[in-house]
Amino acid sequence: MNLAIHTQNLGRIYKIRGGKKTDPKELEALRDVNLEIGQGELFGLLGPNGAGKTTLIKILTTLLAPTSGQACITGFDVIKDPQKVRSRINMVSGGESSGYGLLTVRENLWMFSQFYGIPSKEANRRIKELLKVVGLEDRLNTKSSDLSTGLRQKMNIVRGFMTDPAVLFLDEPTLGLDVGASRDVRSFIRQWIDENHPLPDVPSGDASRGEGRGEGRTLLLTTHYMVEADELCDRVAIINEGRVLACDTPANLKRRLQQDVIFKMEVSPLNGLSADNFEGLPGVRKAIHAPKDGSAELDLILEKDDALGGVVNMMTSNDVHILNLQKREPTLEDVFVDLVGRSMEEVEAGEQ
Amino acid sequence: MNTTKRTSLNIQSLIPNRATFTRTFRVAAWLGWQIESNWTDPFLFAIYSIVKPLSGAAILVVMYSIIINGAFKSPIFPYIYLGNAFYMYVGGVMTGISWAIIDDREHYKTLKYMYVAPIHMPTYLLGRGVARFTVSSLSVLITILFGVAFLHVQIDLAAVNWGLFFVSLFIGVIMLAMMGLMLAGVTLLIAQHVWFIGDITAGALYLFSGAIFPLDVLPKYLRPVGYFMPITYWLELLRRSLVGSVAQAFPTLSRFSNTELMGILLGLTVVFAIFAAVIFFWCEHRARERGMIDMVTNY
Ligand SMILES: Nc1ncnc2c1ncn2[C@@H]1O[C@H](COP(=O)(O)OP(=O)(O)OP(=O)(O)O)[C@@H](O)[C@H]1O
Ligand SMILES: [Mg+2]
Repeated sequence: MNLAIHTQNLGRIYKIRGGKKTDPKELEALRDVNLEIGQGELFGLLGPNGAGKTTLIKILTTLLAPTSGQACITGFDVIKDPQKVRSRINMVSGGESSGYGLLTVRENLWMFSQFYGIPSKEANRRIKELLKVVGLEDRLNTKSSDLSTGLRQKMNIVRGFMTDPAVLFLDEPTLGLDVGASRDVRSFIRQWIDENHPLPDVPSGDASRGEGRGEGRTLLLTTHYMVEADELCDRVAIINEGRVLACDTPANLKRRLQQDVIFKMEVSPLNGLSADNFEGLPGVRKAIHAPKDGSAELDLILEKDDALGGVVNMMTSNDVHILNLQKREPTLEDVFVDLVGRSMEEVEAGEQ
Repeated sequence: MNTTKRTSLNIQSLIPNRATFTRTFRVAAWLGWQIESNWTDPFLFAIYSIVKPLSGAAILVVMYSIIINGAFKSPIFPYIYLGNAFYMYVGGVMTGISWAIIDDREHYKTLKYMYVAPIHMPTYLLGRGVARFTVSSLSVLITILFGVAFLHVQIDLAAVNWGLFFVSLFIGVIMLAMMGLMLAGVTLLIAQHVWFIGDITAGALYLFSGAIFPLDVLPKYLRPVGYFMPITYWLELLRRSLVGSVAQAFPTLSRFSNTELMGILLGLTVVFAIFAAVIFFWCEHRARERGMIDMVTNY
């Protein structure tokens, strides 16, 4: 059985043209990405802004050529066999409102279903069913220009699932959705994967059912929400600056930190102390400081419980008060901090 | 880092299978029509498809009457009038097809979803052009009827060579569609402020294709441009089929028989079709390398 997604040393460099005189600058958006994603997996790409997530999705969906390396979807090379790849995939990107505003929700979706060769009746059935899932069933005949951005995004999510692809790519599917809608979308994603676990073979050649049926559905989503990756995905790749730093199940990723002790502290303003001061203390592996108005949050990854003593001492001698102290389980956020040395927020702030 | 050279110009992407072709073309034509007929105000639609072409013709008539002193009986007048009328197809079909790229990419932001879908992109673009072709046909027809009714453009219906007319029209539309495809390819690669590229091309060719004056009027060194343009032969054939004697009064192409002209038009159409395929797929390939397929310029 072919891997759903297989990349080998995949790399992408963007040439950025400045003015006429300056030489084009090069930006390495992806470097040596090696992924093996099996059929039936719900795979997450977790990384901060600019990590290269969208770039990877564009390459895998044949929209962008890699500068080096190879990528195959269900065994077909995205460069050599784009047509075969396209008949097996679909893609949705979040946070944007695409669609033909002059068409109704039903017309927009119906049109795309026809491009995929789904019989009209079957398409209409799926459209109704999926619109119900995302809570848009009463907007069937609304012009899509009259939908809010979030509702348009839901329409697009329906467009992705509607064609029942062998591999579905969702780029930040819950970006811009409210809490309730995000939860609905996440649970539907999970359900879609679970319900489509490898089925018995169905005669192929019936384009309407999506080729490669009988082998389970694969879904690759990108996110920069830790919780989304943690709770939803079978496996997660943590990606930063175009490189995959770790790739495993959320549980295994967190197990890397099992020896460590993680504390979350709320303290009064640090009075000139910085995260570096704490990291200089024995037994403190990482300290992340996030100032808030009137107080500060400090996340500490310690080698042992007793390293906390040093931290507390330093605080008291600098007149910093501890408002709250919590020992907690490691999260993917901590894994990221452990791998990159900074939190995702810090990385994103540094980008700007 | 080494750059691997690979070709995406495989035969599969060049020629669609029949099922792909049919569903792509049918749905694209449907979409094109939805967009084209999406006039919340039918009055505006009337202005667009009737008044605009007529006013274009009117400007021409005024210019003509000043230059030639109102000699509407002169054979040059129907020559100009018909050339101008049919030239509307150039703007309609050619820019209609390339416009779909800009529209989908910048306005509806759907181009990437079209590219991810299992459709045949050139067929999609041709399908999107069907609606513009239909609207252009209406404009052409109205302009000609207006000319016949009010401006002494004499078309003797009994003398019209209908066979020649429809065959020429058909080949010509294919030819214009191929030019539209070339333009669409180029459009993929141009980032900003490209919405006028279609009009510029159509405008430039207007002067080189014998639409409003015979090629002999051009300086000698510019004439080859006109001779290489299939539009030149197409317009000549249309004029000959409708008003045979008038068209033959001009020396430019009079040494060619209808059959010869048709042969040249066909030949050039084939050449242009091959060019169109090569240019379109090359541009598409480059656009994919440069990450331009889903680019939005935010102007
Ligand atoms: N067309 C382009 N031309 C030049 N640089 C680009 C282009 N697209 C992306 N980049 C750069 O490549 C890097 C990776 O971008 P990408 O969009 O893949 O990141 P991302 O992980 O999807 O981020 P986000 O979370 O913000 O969506 C960024 O530094 C970005 O600025
Ligand atoms: Mg992105």
